[in-house]
Amino acid sequence: MSIQPTAPDSASAAVDKAAVPVPAGTAARGPRARTTTAYLRYGAAKAGGAAVSLLAVLVTGFFLFRLIPGDPVRTMTGGRPVSAGQLAEYRKEFGLDLPLWEQFTDYCRKALTGDLGTSYQFRTPVIDKITEALPNTLLLTGTAFVLYTALGMFLGTRSAWRHGKLGDKLNTGLALTLYSVPSFWLGLLVIIVFAVGLGPIPGLFPTGGMESGGKEGFAYVLDVAHHLVLPVLTLVAVEYGQTLLVTRSALLDEMGGDYLTTARAKGLRDDLVRRRHAVPNALLPTVTLVFVNLGRTVAGVILVETVFSWPGLGGLFYQALSVPDLPLVQGLFLFFASAVIVMNTLADLVYPLLDPRVGR
Amino acid sequence: MTTGTAPGPRTPAWQRRRRSAARFWRQYRTQRAGLVGLAALALFALVALTAPLTVGSGVTGVTDAPGSPLEAPSGEFPLGTDRFGRNLLGLVVWGARVSLLVGLLAAVLSVVIGTVVGITAGHFRGAYATVLMRITDWFLVMPALVLAIALATVMSRSLGTVILAIGVTSWPTTARLVRAQTLAVESRPYIERAKALGGGHWHVMTRHVLPNVMPLVLAQTTLMISSSVLAEATLAFLGLGDPTVISWGGLLQDAREAGAVSSGDWWYLVPPGIAIAVVALAFTLCGRAVESVLNPRLGVAR
Repeated sequence: MSIQPTAPDSASAAVDKAAVPVPAGTAARGPRARTTTAYLRYGAAKAGGAAVSLLAVLVTGFFLFRLIPGDPVRTMTGGRPVSAGQLAEYRKEFGLDLPLWEQFTDYCRKALTGDLGTSYQFRTPVIDKITEALPNTLLLTGTAFVLYTALGMFLGTRSAWRHGKLGDKLNTGLALTLYSVPSFWLGLLVIIVFAVGLGPIPGLFPTGGMESGGKEGFAYVLDVAHHLVLPVLTLVAVEYGQTLLVTRSALLDEMGGDYLTTARAKGLRDDLVRRRHAVPNALLPTVTLVFVNLGRTVAGVILVETVFSWPGLGGLFYQALSVPDLPLVQGLFLFFASAVIVMNTLADLVYPLLDPRVGR
Repeated sequence: MTTGTAPGPRTPAWQRRRRSAARFWRQYRTQRAGLVGLAALALFALVALTAPLTVGSGVTGVTDAPGSPLEAPSGEFPLGTDRFGRNLLGLVVWGARVSLLVGLLAAVLSVVIGTVVGITAGHFRGAYATVLMRITDWFLVMPALVLAIALATVMSRSLGTVILAIGVTSWPTTARLVRAQTLAVESRPYIERAKALGGGHWHVMTRHVLPNVMPLVLAQTTLMISSSVLAEATLAFLGLGDPTVISWGGLLQDAREAGAVSSGDWWYLVPPGIAIAVVALAFTLCGRAVESVLNPRLGVAR
């Protein structure tokens, strides 16, 4: 195997597309003002795109839950025998007796003011259930996100730098294997081994939930951390492979670069060449893909929270869809989709600050 | 095909295709991981296809189950029994049929949508392509599982629903790749020649662009099957699959509902999960091998 600059994969292609060269001569006429307006224009375009995407989410949410096979009330009652009077009452309660257009404007107005309807099974506003569960999800996801991104980038860099060697093969192989494992299954196994206890291994961690109850202050924090270990472990295990592979191929794209030869010719040590020269250039495609893949992380979070009975949004989603509690499923659908779009837009807005080639 | 007898005008084309297929196989053979994946797939396909002969549809019957519920692995039941006393080995073998079928069909649906969107968005420029690519980008960012769950929740529980839910949420990657390839193909002179000779949109797209994106589509299908098998297992585990059929995800859901986790019955959980993981990994390995044969420059990177 030769060290060739590799074909642009989707990551670097995305960057190439964004990296429009700055026309020569603009730098002479006040680079500062020039770049600020360019950045504002870029930011406005991204924000406008995000607004359209959010609107599309809103419309999808409406039609998905109202138009697909016939009668939402029938779906809601789940085939139980209901009298005609009750059906009419449900229709009125959920505003389904109005013309479709009025239903839609009504729905949009309410959604924009934060009113996502009333949960069918809890009989409380959907938005309350979401705000209640959100901090728990953020705690779990945030911890896992930091850990798997760091681990993936670290191992991916090592792997690319020594590509083709045994360590690289083991790393990539393990990452691919964990990537192919269903996250919920891994979670169940982790519970059996580390929480229930298997053979000589005692149950070290709680099987689920977020707290044992009755603890306060520092003991409470420790208790939550204790409950956090296994879900985070599972989430990191299924998600880090993706970051590893992306980092690895992004860095391999840089490996043939002439500037690395120059850096080596200057007499820099190998790990300085890697840390100071190669990795910073490989970082941007990695960051891009880490954010594009947030959608996949949402899936992982839903499953891990379900398996570990974590009281977050994912667990709530599972409770909602097993009824099915349509207002809650719809509300969570809107929330997850909007959150991912907003995060991606934020990432888009941050790149030009990281990499001056983007967005000019 | 009449390639052997009367040499018609199409014979050279077929000979060329046969030659390139042979060349493809020669290069594929050098990919060790790809061969391992292919062997695993052949084994699973054989098991799934011969299941009616080896275990028979009787294994799924709840009423006349051969064992007592939740028996640990033994000589009679190598993998133990499920919560109804059914033979778990038989169920895993039988479940391969549904899991592979749904994975295959969902992947084909997704790749067909992606290819049509990709080719038309690459061929027709202007507003049409812009709108189409915006939709694609929207789907690309959306959490596919959330969308699939929402779809499966509002529709009836059936295999068709699962296939549809996975297929219509997972096509955007294919669409992007195919569009990029279409743009590359359409900039070549022979497309201009075809247009100058009077070739219409349909002719250019089906006769010139499609054969050129086919290898990419093939690799993409292989990779998509892997994620579709995982998605099917996920939906079944969340209780959104068809409750009347046996699939690997459904078996895991059964195990969880039967309390296999809290009682530590690992032998109930391990086999279906390993089956899912091995099939998903095998398709991924094959897909990556096909990719690196088609694009040798990727060989180092992946």
